[in-house]
Amino acid sequence: MTETSILMEVKNVFKAFGEDWEREKVVENLNLDIKRNQLTAIVGPSGCGKSTVVNLLAGFESPDSGQIMMEGGAVSGPSKDRLVVFQETALMPWLTTYQNVTFGPKLRGDMPARSLKEAADRIIDTVGLREFKDKYPLQLSGGMQRRAELARALINQPLVMIMDEPFRGLDAMTRQLMQEFYLRLCEEEARTNVFVTSELEEAIILADSLVVLSNRPTTVREVIQIDLPRPRNLNMLSSPEAYDYKRHAMEMLHEEALKSFSGTESGSDFLKSYAQQP
Amino acid sequence: MAQATPNTQKSKSRIGKLVSNVTFWRGVVAILVFLALWEIGAQWKGWFGYMMPFVGKVAPPTDVIAIWMEVGQQPGYWLSWWLSSVRVFVGFLAAMIIGIPFGLAMAVNKYFRGIFFPPFEILRPIPPLAWVPASIIFWPTTEMSIMFITFLGAFYTIVINVLGGARSIDVQYLRAAQSMGASQWDLFYKIILPGTLPSIFVGAAVGMGITWEVVLAGEMMSGGGQQGGGGLGFFIWGSYMGGVMDQVIVGMISIGVAGYISSSLIRYLGHVCMPWRRMF
Ligand SMILES: Nc1ncnc2c1ncn2[C@@H]1O[C@H](COP(=O)(O)OP(=O)(O)OP(=O)(O)O)[C@@H](O)[C@H]1O
Ligand SMILES: [Mg+2]
Repeated sequence: MTETSILMEVKNVFKAFGEDWEREKVVENLNLDIKRNQLTAIVGPSGCGKSTVVNLLAGFESPDSGQIMMEGGAVSGPSKDRLVVFQETALMPWLTTYQNVTFGPKLRGDMPARSLKEAADRIIDTVGLREFKDKYPLQLSGGMQRRAELARALINQPLVMIMDEPFRGLDAMTRQLMQEFYLRLCEEEARTNVFVTSELEEAIILADSLVVLSNRPTTVREVIQIDLPRPRNLNMLSSPEAYDYKRHAMEMLHEEALKSFSGTESGSDFLKSYAQQP
Repeated sequence: MAQATPNTQKSKSRIGKLVSNVTFWRGVVAILVFLALWEIGAQWKGWFGYMMPFVGKVAPPTDVIAIWMEVGQQPGYWLSWWLSSVRVFVGFLAAMIIGIPFGLAMAVNKYFRGIFFPPFEILRPIPPLAWVPASIIFWPTTEMSIMFITFLGAFYTIVINVLGGARSIDVQYLRAAQSMGASQWDLFYKIILPGTLPSIFVGAAVGMGITWEVVLAGEMMSGGGQQGGGGLGFFIWGSYMGGVMDQVIVGMISIGVAGYISSSLIRYLGHVCMPWRRMF
């Protein structure tokens, strides 16, 4: 069995943006444990503050109150231990695929040149980009860019990989391929992973534990342990267990998503007219 | 060595590419048509006995070329080219050397920006030519004062472009680098510098154009004294004063050519320095 003690702990975190009169609470009273060698999937309605949670975990933003702990110490800024894959592609446009992948290790100088080259070639092979090694990001398709970004993240072997909707914006087919690919990757080698997504099925098939966030100001609505057997594949989504998880989480998400509609007048009108339909 | 073969093939085919390039021929045809229209317009009076407005008063291209051939044999003409080019080059280089670090410093440090941006913004709207009297007094030689106003012409544009370019770098790149362990210096050298490069070249291209404008005006105003004399601007002014209108046109076209060569050089440098932009 791999060790699954707690690696990161989010304690009563509160975060708001803006000046007093237009101050907007985004995260309120957030409590969350990230366990070692597990994939913690975070789902929430669109705009609820998922990326803000990612920024807090990574240390790009600091909580207004509360604490984020990692291995007993408080998180006070970005660090190579917590690597982030962003919602939007953040490959450096001026570097080739290979240069992007080796960016981190070269920067830190913590890998001898020979083994860096080997590791980079291996990882670029793994994500199937060998022929695109010397191409620039703008010469890659959207799916390839995401894979290049995964490679760039994986080579650093961070203590936690934090991924913010890494497959968003890909077409359905590519997205499915990426999910299968990532599933395989996770099952080959254990790593601690926070995976934020707005796709419930993606979350269920990847996750060891599924965190459902509430609407803004966001907090943890429920944590669901996903006990689907491993190795997994996308077909398992049609199993009765997966269906139960999905229905349960879907109900919560639906409720939360409706809150952001009913908050506004036009939103409640929309709901009313929706309800009146036969 | 494996790399060498495709490279030589590439450069061999470059001329071939140019010859078969539609855009290239479109440009050539456009220039020829323009010259033909000019010729016809200027010759109208001789051919049809009635003068075309505007164009009719100008010497036809054939005359201009003839004069150019003559002028081209005078060392003074080439000296003017040389003098103007040196002034442009020195002023422009100084603007790059001072402007790029200055713009970057304002972009990355809010204290530096807080102190230097307001005076910079007040000085910026002053046209370089308004500096002519002051700089003639200020600098010991006319030559230096011309170079100084050339410098000013490019400086503001370069600084504004560098500042804008560096400030608009996506924060995502900085964050990505930070979460891979980048220090402040790494962020500067590995993200901000390459990320600003396209804006630096935009600033350089625009600044170079302004530099030519300014150097000519500076030369015209400072007159043809021994110290600050010569230069294409003075060549035009002198020709005009001497009533040699054909020579004025030669001077004008010379500037056009000089400007075109300069901006081509900058484009070429941009091409070399930013390989990731080559596919456009
Ligand atoms: N730096 C910031 N300054 C001001 N407001 C912010 C900032 N970052 C986030 N917000 C606000 O926080 C709220 C949540 O944004 P966030 O991007 O975290 O949501 P999300 O769940 O990731 O959305 P999406 O599903 O679209 O990715 C938004 O209303 C946004 O306006
Ligand atoms: Mg988001």
